[in-house]
Amino acid sequence: MNETATIGVDATPRVSKRFRLQWEEAQQAWVLLYPEGMVRLNQSAGEILRRCDGVRSVGEVVADLEQAFATTGLEADVIAFLELARKQQWIDL
Amino acid sequence: MNAPEAVKPQTAPQPGPPLWLLAELTYRCPLHCVFCYNPVDFAHTPDELSTADWLRVLREARAAGSVQCGFSGGEPLLRDDLEVLVAEAHRLGFYTNLLTSGVGLTDSRAKALKDAGLDHIQLSFQDSTKELNDFLSHTRTFDLKQKVAATIKDHGWPMVMNCVIHRLNIDYIDRIIDMAVELGAEYLELANSQYYSWAMLNRDQLLPSREQIERAERVTNERRQRYGERIRIFFVVPDYHENRPKKCMNGWGNVFLTVTPDGTALPCHTARMLPGLAFPNVRERDVRSIWYDSEGFNRYRGDGWMKDPCRSCPEKEKDLGGCRCQAFMLTGDPAAADPVCDKSPSHHKVVEAVARAERGEAAVVERPLVFRGPEESRRRKAGLLLPDA
Repeated sequence: MNETATIGVDATPRVSKRFRLQWEEAQQAWVLLYPEGMVRLNQSAGEILRRCDGVRSVGEVVADLEQAFATTGLEADVIAFLELARKQQWIDL
Repeated sequence: MNAPEAVKPQTAPQPGPPLWLLAELTYRCPLHCVFCYNPVDFAHTPDELSTADWLRVLREARAAGSVQCGFSGGEPLLRDDLEVLVAEAHRLGFYTNLLTSGVGLTDSRAKALKDAGLDHIQLSFQDSTKELNDFLSHTRTFDLKQKVAATIKDHGWPMVMNCVIHRLNIDYIDRIIDMAVELGAEYLELANSQYYSWAMLNRDQLLPSREQIERAERVTNERRQRYGERIRIFFVVPDYHENRPKKCMNGWGNVFLTVTPDGTALPCHTARMLPGLAFPNVRERDVRSIWYDSEGFNRYRGDGWMKDPCRSCPEKEKDLGGCRCQAFMLTGDPAAADPVCDKSPSHHKVVEAVARAERGEAAVVERPLVFRGPEESRRRKAGLLLPDA
């Protein structure tokens, strides 16, 4: 995929090897860990990233989220977040 | 959906968890760096914590919410239980960092550390000034770093290099950056020396001039352009040349918890120098109680302790009055404003130190650099640490 192209629903993002995603009980949050640093994710970001396993497509991640949170119309928001995540190098496509 | 937010430090007295645990395993070190932040009286330190003590500290800190764990020193590789501690930290879910000079990082130890789950190694240039020529001529130091860097890469660790910058090496910053690139580092921290402990003893010899700093920043930017994505370079400016203080440790007792080799728990590496404040020891109290309930950690939390000019300052939340150790070293009062701030009545002390650096006086004063070492350390007591400020 072109680096600057918009992320499509068929893309299969995974959390980059530069980061470790884990649930932190004390913070009640998902965090991304990297050398000597940490990004605390809000609930939405955490729920998206924990589903980015390099196997599921963006479309499947969206469907799963919509089911889990009993809602619809999340695709644009999910893709917007993944664009940001790619820019931060949190995910590989 | 909202964008994720980075960690926001809290200023309220009720702090979040001690996210960063720095385990200073030992003050022993094969190097003699003139800018070392270990206490100058480190040789008076009583027994080091045992393996069992450290394992308990790791468990308690993790339970209290610590997530980043740095193994530091001294040279942490001098502890032969390092692998045991890393393995336990990894098992507990810490992100584990080793801060080392690389001396002693053999292939077999690297493999053992990898197997134990070590996530990251920060390799420092062992520029101890004694070896400055050697360092700059890429000979022995380069050979060692090359070997260690290859070992780090072979094991798939991200490579972060750190070099403390000061008057005597700042003009060679281009060579330092080139060396880091040659060694394959992904990140390079060019950290200007901060003036505590051994660096404070040597401050007049180490403080660069403004011109030197400006040139170094220019050269760093040129190198950033040249190398692009190959390496990320962080340049940490020295606070003596600023007009507002740094938000030291991101707030006292806010994020960082340091445990020293003898088990003393501190809000920063150098806080033990502060008078009238007893710091708790992990041999006697558990980490959660140390973090939330001890006088040592509560004294300078938030802004209730401040005096003027900090108390009425509109920027007080921004820097929380700067560094307590620097305030104490330069004014004798740990609750004073950090004299780096131009609102501090003692700001002239910083200005004068910088002015001496501008005039290059230290270069002609016949005052030898004080090299960090156990013999020098034994001659010193905590009360005799201050140069003529």
